[in-house]
Parts: sequence; C-alpha cells; structure tokens
Amino acid sequence: MALMDLANPTRFLALSGRVLPWLSGLALATLAIGFLLAFRAPADYQQGETVKIMYIHVPFAWLAMFGYSMLAASALGILVWRHPLADVAHKAMAPIGAVFAFLCLFTGSLWGRPMWGTYWVWDARLTSMLVLLLLYLGLLALRSAIEDPNQAGRAAAVLSLVGFVNVPIVKFSVDWWNTLHQPASVFRMDGPTIHSSLLWPLLICALGFTLLMLALHMAAMRNEIHRRRLRVLEARAAAEAAYA
Amino acid sequence: MRRAFLALLARDLRLAFRAGGGAGLGVVFFLAVVVVTPFAIGPDLALLARIGPAILWIGALLASLIGLDRLFAADAEDGALDVLAMAPLPLELVAAAKGLAHWIATGLPLVLAAPVLALLLNLAPASIGALTLTLLVGTPAITFLGLIGAAFAAVFRRGGLLVAVLVMPLTIPVLIFAVAATATALGGTVPFGTPFRILLGLSLAALVLGPVAAAAALRVARD
Repeated sequence: MALMDLANPTRFLALSGRVLPWLSGLALATLAIGFLLAFRAPADYQQGETVKIMYIHVPFAWLAMFGYSMLAASALGILVWRHPLADVAHKAMAPIGAVFAFLCLFTGSLWGRPMWGTYWVWDARLTSMLVLLLLYLGLLALRSAIEDPNQAGRAAAVLSLVGFVNVPIVKFSVDWWNTLHQPASVFRMDGPTIHSSLLWPLLICALGFTLLMLALHMAAMRNEIHRRRLRVLEARAAAEAAYA
Repeated sequence: MRRAFLALLARDLRLAFRAGGGAGLGVVFFLAVVVVTPFAIGPDLALLARIGPAILWIGALLASLIGLDRLFAADAEDGALDVLAMAPLPLELVAAAKGLAHWIATGLPLVLAAPVLALLLNLAPASIGALTLTLLVGTPAITFLGLIGAAFAAVFRRGGLLVAVLVMPLTIPVLIFAVAATATALGGTVPFGTPFRILLGLSLAALVLGPVAAAAALRVARD
C-alpha cells in the first residue's frame, strides 16, 4: 500500500525530495495571491486598515491547533505502531506549532492594541491559545530533558496525547471563565457571519499558510532523518576508530 | 487484586508517615506561601478577604506540584518500581494506589490546614466552608493529573521544574472551577452547585486519565 511504503525513511526522502519544491512553490504562490487579495480587500467600516492583521492572525490560530492535532496523530503512530517516521514527524512538528501559536498571540496583541486599547486581556480565546503555547513549550522541554532519543519520542508522545485530551477541557473552562473576544465567525452552523469580500482572501491566506506549514514540516522531517543518519554514521566511525 | 492494591496503599502510607518529611513539609510550604502573599500585596484585610480563596488555591496548587517529583522517584531508585511493574497488579493500578497514598499523605493535610490559613486571610465563614470543599474535591485532581509528570521525573531523573512545567497547564480547568465555586459563596448569579459539579467531573476524569497516562509514561523506559 502506498501509505505503508512511506513508512520507509528512504522512500520518504525520495518522495519528499520530489514533492517539497512544488509544495514550497505552491505555498508561496498561494500566499502571494492571498496577500494581494487581502490588500485589495475593503477596509472594515469600524476597524479600518487594521483588519488586515486578520489575514495572518486567524490562519496562525487555526494552524496552531491543526499542528497540535498533527502531534496527537503522530503520537498515536509512535505508541501504537512504533513507527520511526511518526517519531520524526512528531519531533519536527512541535517547534513549528509552537512558533505558529506564538505568532498568533503576537499578531493578536498587535491587533488588540489599536482595537481594544491594550496588548493583552485575559480573555477566553487568548488565554486558551496561551495555554496551547505552554503545552507546546512543555513538549519541547520534555524532549530536551531526555537524552535517549527513542525514549524522548515515546515520552513526548504520551504527553502530547494527554495534552490533546485536555485541550477541549481547557477551551471549555476558559470560555466559561471569561469572554471578550468575538465568537467564531467563519465555522458556524448557520454559515459564516464575515462578509464574503473579507472571507475569500482569508480562506486563501489560510490555505497558503497551511501549505507553508506542511512544507516546513516536510523540510524539518528531512533534516531530522539526515541528522539521525549522520548520528549513526558518526557512532559507527567512532566505533571503528576505537577498534582500529 | 484488591488486596495487592490495598497492600501497596498501606505500604506507601506507612513510608510517607514514618519516614518523615512528606506530609508536614507540604503544609509548612503552604503556610509559607500564604504568609508571604500579604507582604507582597499589603495588609489590607478587605482585599485579602476578596482574593484569599485564590491565594489559598495557588498555595495548594504549588504545594501539590512541588511534592510530585518524589512520588515514584524513591521506588525507581531502589528498584521497587521494577518489582511492581512485574507484579500481577496492572501498572495503572500501581500508579493509582501510589497516587492515592500520595494524596492522603500530602493533599489531605493541605485540605485540613486550609480553614486555619483562611482565618489568616480574613475569609468569611461561608467562603471557608466552600473553599475547604473545593480543596477536598480539587486536590485529588491535581495529584492524579500530576502522576504523569511524577512518572517522567522518576524515569528520567529530572526533578521539580520540569514536572511543574508539564503539569501546570493541565491543572488550569481545576483552578478555574474551584475558585469560581468558592466565589459563589460570597454571592453572585451562579449557584455553588454549578461550578462545583464541573469540578467533581474534572476530578473523576483525572482519576481515570492520570493513572493510565502515568503507566504509559513508566512503560516508556521499560522497553
């Protein structure tokens, strides 16, 4: 089966080597179109030009959550199927997701300053994104605290699954706690409440950033595989030098 | 299986109370946190009464988190954990028994000390009752959520800070509903039962999730 063939790191390297340039190009092209549309989109009648921050802020928020879901999926791959490539995917995704979560908070606070008059409020959505960032940072800390890469991967997998179960609970409790941020306006049962002139550029930007995240992830996975092979080669060379 | 569970529980309790340190130290730390806070924010009794439940909950949270890294560590160091892992009792129940013993030895004293410390912070009798109830229900959730961090600390010999960093984000819902329930005792639109029942639910979920995750974490180093 095709998906199982990818399990082999060598096949993955060969395939991703061919796919990566196209994926990166597609990501950049989509982002270019998205940004062009975003700049030509009308300004909001109330927020003026600052609404442009939305076109990067909202995709960052979605992708930070998407990244954590990818982490949970690869954690299953590590724990259930003991898949070496799942571990590579997990390790490569954590810092990327953390950066997206941070950028979401960063752009959000820049947007909050002119709109709400403050960089930070203890509002539900901001707070749950901050907790998500903390979960990402905890994962990074755990990986860096354990020397054995195999054990580090499995430990991080256990932790990310526990975090994944907790994310909805945190989200719910923080919502209950305090809400100032506007509620979801794109994914709703009764259709999006955002006007289509703003919605289309947003969706294209979101697609572009998703492709960008996938391309970055694929590149990071390739690096990690190369890094591991290098480590094996170095260990072998050291062993041979010791015997010689 | 029940006998093995109870035997392990009794052993851990004996160790905790006879070897000294464990139970009393947590309460002293709790006292220290509560005592330094008025120095930081000033001796205004009205203000202290208002934020008192939050101070007490943060103190209890920190005292619980800081004690966690020794939960499995002693058994991992002297090899007892390897024997327990080979015993017929599932590792999940081993983790649950040790977690329960740890809570009785370190969490329960915090609950019992809380009403006294609440007097220092000028809390009204109604909020003292509500606070003690939320601590009674909420501290097991923190201990059991902390089991996973305790397991990592023991297996990888990484202490204190890492455990706190890993476990703290998971405990936020407990903190939110516990403090919200305490606040309702002073009046408000929400009845005490609403946040309190959610807190109970969170605790029950932690009782299941914690041992399962901790057992998975302990097995990481095992194969």
